[in-house]
Amino acid sequence: MITIEHITKKFKKLHALDDVSAAFRKGQVVSLVGPNGSGKTTLIKSILGIVQPDAGQIYFNSKPIQSEVAYRDKIGYMPQIGRYPDNMTIGQVISMIKNIRNHGTRKLDEELIEQYGMHALMEKNMRSLSGGTRQKVSAVLAFLFDPEVLILDEPTAGLDPLASEILKEKIMREKEKGKLILITSHILADLDELTTDVMYLQDGKLRLYQSIGKLKELTGEERLGRAIASVMKSGYVQPTEQSGAIVKSMEVRYA
Amino acid sequence: MLKLSRYVLHDILRSKVVIAYTLFLLAVAVTLFRMEDNTSKAVMSLTNIVLIVVPLVSMVFATIHYYNSYEFIELMLSQPVSRSRILMSEYFGTAFSMATAFLAGVGIPVLLFQPDAVGMALLLTGVLLTFIFTSLAFLASVLARDKARGIGIALMLWFYFALIYDGLVLSILFAFSDYPLESLTLALSSLNPVDLGRIFLMLKMDISALMGYTGATYKDFFGSSVGALYTIGIMVVWAIIPMLLAVRVFKKKDL
Repeated sequence: MITIEHITKKFKKLHALDDVSAAFRKGQVVSLVGPNGSGKTTLIKSILGIVQPDAGQIYFNSKPIQSEVAYRDKIGYMPQIGRYPDNMTIGQVISMIKNIRNHGTRKLDEELIEQYGMHALMEKNMRSLSGGTRQKVSAVLAFLFDPEVLILDEPTAGLDPLASEILKEKIMREKEKGKLILITSHILADLDELTTDVMYLQDGKLRLYQSIGKLKELTGEERLGRAIASVMKSGYVQPTEQSGAIVKSMEVRYA
Repeated sequence: MLKLSRYVLHDILRSKVVIAYTLFLLAVAVTLFRMEDNTSKAVMSLTNIVLIVVPLVSMVFATIHYYNSYEFIELMLSQPVSRSRILMSEYFGTAFSMATAFLAGVGIPVLLFQPDAVGMALLLTGVLLTFIFTSLAFLASVLARDKARGIGIALMLWFYFALIYDGLVLSILFAFSDYPLESLTLALSSLNPVDLGRIFLMLKMDISALMGYTGATYKDFFGSSVGALYTIGIMVVWAIIPMLLAVRVFKKKDL
């Protein structure tokens, strides 16, 4: 569904992404993990066209994303820090996005609005919102149009346990519908139940892209956190020519 | 485009700056018309104020507005809306509201006290200058990374067009005063929309006799209907080109 080919992005001297290639299919829940500043958000923003890569090409349904903006209609994006026009209310922001995206009578998914009790907050000004409420608005907007692809950048950061649980359940239900979901998170326990594939980035390089079963089998660890930790320690590098494929023998050298 | 511009307009009308600008222009215009017995003298003074104030306010306001709409722009980028559409909506929203403020502030007094060709020319020039300097401000804003630099560039441009350019032209004319320079001055005035506007208005007021031989050349050219069309055409080009450049820069920008 989304194919990334040799994406490179430099910010001044920093190599935010260094020749990253990968393919994402329908039904996958890909966890993007890696240390701070490893290029996760840059990768996501490149897919959305917010950041323009220096080199490489990104395809959405085998069409290059620069050719038209319509592909973004199929994506729901939840940014890491949702920033909204200060002097609009929640209701205005939601109706504005609806107005811009909703062509005719597409069915809207207002489940999260209900579950977060957002109807009571519609009159609130964006300026006065707490970080968590802002995050809820971002979540509502990402799921509202029932998109085929969900891109969630640190979705649970700043949410209270209850809201975070609601969101996770929502992601689960979307996963069951066979959507492609890309998630970044530092809370690996959150990802453990959701994820089907793990993509590990470090210093802008793709270090590993494996299905979770394979990863656990190869590292001999049951928990995602442990499995990733052992990959980090091993210094494993994904063979570039078969990114996304199953690696038969992985020599894990423990430090 | 209209859909987005509506939100931009809505946002601008809420900030009281536009209303303050309208009231300021209204106060100045009414005072001048009431003070002078001769309305054409009043229009003359009003012209001088309009030629200085309209470019300055349009530029500073448009630059500040661009940076204040950063959240809105960011939000739109993750939606299926093209970048050129986002920027053009911002531009038209800003330029229309500034032009409306100008027409209300200066237009109403002019229609009351001096509803003739000179008055209409003044209104037309003011509106064109608003579009031109909003366009230049957008170019400055997309080129600069932060607000301070953006406003800095905008102010420099204003200084250049309102003050420095005239000095440069004068020194050129002075240095080459032994040669016939009539057509050169004509060409030079096209390089500065403020000058162009000033000449256009002066000739409408029949005071070109004060400008010597060059004035006669101007009168020959700008006084004709071809000259008027030329002036308007060049001013429209002055509005279009910076905006086209701005869209080009904006399309490649990381946000």
